[in-house]
Amino acid sequence: MKATWQRFKSSYLLYSFRRDKVAMASFAVLVLLILTGLAAPLVSPYNPYDPSSIDIMNSELPPAWQDAGSRAFLLGTDVQGRDMVSTMIYGLRLSILIGCGAVTLQALIGIFIGLIAGYIGGKVDALLMRLADIQLSFPYLMVAIFISAIFQVAFGIGRYAELAVPLLIVIIGLSEWPVYARTIRASVIGEKNKEYVEAARVIGLNRRLIMVRHILPNTITSVLVISTIQVANAVMSEAALSFLGLGMPVTKPSLGSLIRSGFEYIFSGSWWITIFPGILLVIFVLVINLLGDWLRDVLNPKLYKGA
Amino acid sequence: MFAFIVRRIGQAVLVMLVISLVGFSIKNRIGDPVRDVVGERVTPAERAALRQKLGLNDPFLVQYVRFVENALKGDLGLSFFYKKPALKVIISKAPATLELVFVTALILIVVSLPIGVFTAIRPRNWFSRFTMAFSTLGVSIPVFLTAILLIYVFAVTLNWLPSYGRGLTVDIGGWQSGLLTLDGLKHLILPSISLASIMLPLFIRLIRAEMMEILETEYIKFAWAKGLRRSRIWFLHAFKNTLLPVITVFGVQIGIMFAFTILTETVFQWQGMGFMFLEAVERSDTSLLVAYLVVVGVIFVVVNTLVDIIYGLVNPTVRVAGRK
Amino acid sequence: MHHLLEVQDLEVKFALRFGELTAINGVGFTLERGERMGLVGESGAGKSVTGFAIINLISKPGYISRGRVLFEGRALNQLSHEAMRDIRGNRISMIFQDPMMTLNPVLTVGTQMVETLLAHRRISRQAAAKIALDKLRMVQIPSPEKRLTQYPHEFSGGMRQRIVIAIALVTDPALIIADEPTTALDVTIQAEIMELLLELCQAQKTGLVLITHDLAVVSQVTEKLAVMYAGSIVEKGATDVIVNDPAHPYTQGLIRALPGIITPGSRLHQIPGVMPSLTSIPPGCPFHPRCPFCAAVCRTTPPHLAPVDSRQVACHMVATQNGRLEPTGIVETWQPDTRMTATGKAVETHGR
Repeated sequence: MKATWQRFKSSYLLYSFRRDKVAMASFAVLVLLILTGLAAPLVSPYNPYDPSSIDIMNSELPPAWQDAGSRAFLLGTDVQGRDMVSTMIYGLRLSILIGCGAVTLQALIGIFIGLIAGYIGGKVDALLMRLADIQLSFPYLMVAIFISAIFQVAFGIGRYAELAVPLLIVIIGLSEWPVYARTIRASVIGEKNKEYVEAARVIGLNRRLIMVRHILPNTITSVLVISTIQVANAVMSEAALSFLGLGMPVTKPSLGSLIRSGFEYIFSGSWWITIFPGILLVIFVLVINLLGDWLRDVLNPKLYKGA
Repeated sequence: MFAFIVRRIGQAVLVMLVISLVGFSIKNRIGDPVRDVVGERVTPAERAALRQKLGLNDPFLVQYVRFVENALKGDLGLSFFYKKPALKVIISKAPATLELVFVTALILIVVSLPIGVFTAIRPRNWFSRFTMAFSTLGVSIPVFLTAILLIYVFAVTLNWLPSYGRGLTVDIGGWQSGLLTLDGLKHLILPSISLASIMLPLFIRLIRAEMMEILETEYIKFAWAKGLRRSRIWFLHAFKNTLLPVITVFGVQIGIMFAFTILTETVFQWQGMGFMFLEAVERSDTSLLVAYLVVVGVIFVVVNTLVDIIYGLVNPTVRVAGRK
Repeated sequence: MHHLLEVQDLEVKFALRFGELTAINGVGFTLERGERMGLVGESGAGKSVTGFAIINLISKPGYISRGRVLFEGRALNQLSHEAMRDIRGNRISMIFQDPMMTLNPVLTVGTQMVETLLAHRRISRQAAAKIALDKLRMVQIPSPEKRLTQYPHEFSGGMRQRIVIAIALVTDPALIIADEPTTALDVTIQAEIMELLLELCQAQKTGLVLITHDLAVVSQVTEKLAVMYAGSIVEKGATDVIVNDPAHPYTQGLIRALPGIITPGSRLHQIPGVMPSLTSIPPGCPFHPRCPFCAAVCRTTPPHLAPVDSRQVACHMVATQNGRLEPTGIVETWQPDTRMTATGKAVETHGR
């Protein structure tokens, strides 16, 4: 453990991280946002899920610095009189939960299928990769919209809203597994014929053990790089689905459904219901993307080719 | 080459079969074809009779084959809400979406090509750095948020442009076109800009990456060593080589644009296929939903197949140059 | 009268993220009109960089940090962009290593020949096409009229190198820099192309800088020779003198490593160790860790070129012992460390 820490401290990853101000700032913002989201019940001024704390008389109050604003609600209130700050923090929490959950699911499905396809090869590989190709030829957002549409019709709107969180995780998970499967398969095929896998087989280790113990650690870099981008994508997908009314219901709003619920009211001038959750969403996705860009630059050895 | 084309078309057919199977399963499991035909106020006995008549009690495979046969004849079932064949409904909505996609593609080409090429040629220029930084921000803003911001600024606050609908359209042989009236064009501005905004960073990065890779090749170095003028090296030698892979990806990205039209059309109440699709979901209009799935599937498969075949045809020259 | 080409104390550095690398270090030589010189060394010795430095085309982080390149008396590295452009491909042509990569795949051979002429001459497209046709005949391309309208992928490797040579010759340059012009070709075609290049240079009185790792080729084609090691010239002079009687230990090693000179059946000679990478050039004489004659002074002081028997050699031992080298018997195994000289920031560990 201590050795790992030592190695990390002297690693190139940490070195270039400390040289890159954008990466450091993004990381700081990301950590702040995640902590705020996780600690939502502790840090938010009100509980937006608690009907007793909501007064409809407070609806559509502008941010505190405007004339009609109230000190009690820093960023104003939404149509139902919920405090924007609290609703956004809870929304952020949902976005993080669904984003990370979906990416975990994608990774699990993708790694499993990728390992099997790469290691077994032959017909199984051909079939699985053809499936991945078919799905990849459609944009993931389209796939996600289709699956959620089907689920909504199948479950009925009421039941769908109840189960929205796990359903969204499944939907977004199912819509992007091929990205992982392909990468893992490529690495497995690359590693499969290397000496150490041969050696492991010769000394009689069983195949599954070889795969998990030896190949998986070698693919960790690519999985890491993909995952950052995928979390950003998943958060965006969730927001898009919720905005279309195929995601989180207004009673339990994510950032996407907040933007949707506020959209109708910008025509009457209540811009803050849409704009603030929008800004939060953009900041959240942006810092993940910036970190992803940085990580790809650092971990991609191709860049050293030119030197 | 012929074998390649046959194989590629075979693949396309396979993909279509998978899509039709998915579509049929949805229809069969979730939808209610009886309701599609006669509505909900029918006695159970009549329903049962109709089920038998419509062949809904036949084995799954028989029904699936019938579904595919009908689909090939252009019959994708009846829309419960519109009381019309689903395909007809979709076709009537198609011009709106296609015009939106067309104008967006035009904006994309006109804007991304010069910017992409410039940022590749002058990577250290402040404009290039700014563009690259901005493109990360660009991909982080969801398309619906861009749309909302545009509406808030240009429609609500400034009152310059209309915020929803297609405006005045002209009927040309059944094609409702908004491209020929000033009002129609005005209505197109905000939706197409917001749709373009989400694709633009991708395109600029793609063109830049391709162009930069080409600029590193031996034949470009040789062109410099020949003492050619740099405009010729950039805009003929490098650009011509950049174009081919860019066109390929462009084809695929146009497909992706269809997915984003669902979002854009929702924000702008744009009466196209995407808007229709969401309405179908809300109304549980299963037949229409499945028809949309099949139609979009066909569009995708056809575009992808064409792009692959075209690329395959032009490929020898590219492969020889030592690129993947 | 000026020399055709005079390279004076040329130094090229590469500015990298973690500091600067010296790719070539004080290289100098002269070339007269119609004269042919070989620039020999292992890959990474700085031969190609020298070639590109002459026409001021070092790729990006690299730049000429010291020295001059005089061509017909003009300092090339001080010319304006436009003046330099008009010399490239016009007065000085370059031939690249791999003909598969040198020609632009989407332009016809005719276009690629004609454009070179049009970039430097005020002539019509037709006149340019006629010259191009002549040059294609000169490099013995069959049915050249038809070939002009074809794309590079319709030609074989050897044919393409002929076209590249035709492009190089299309403006009747005074100097051709050929960077490993036959390395990427089949062995059977290599001799053919070399022969062609030699004939054309002789016929047109064109100067030639032949960059290669192949001493055998150099001894057949060139009159002069410069041997490079780790960014510096270690020995230069007349080709036959050096090939028959190499003075520098490295040149000796190179010549003894040539197959064909030793008796059949015996093992090929090897120089122990590898050439240091630019990130880890040892102090003193860069060759000392591999040198069988290494003495104390070699480890601390870099040697300079000094005249020895009608050629110039950069070696302390040759200079002091007047050409009679006695092995000291100590070949230490010097380990290049992974640190870069400039900043001390480890580089090779990043490669991952």
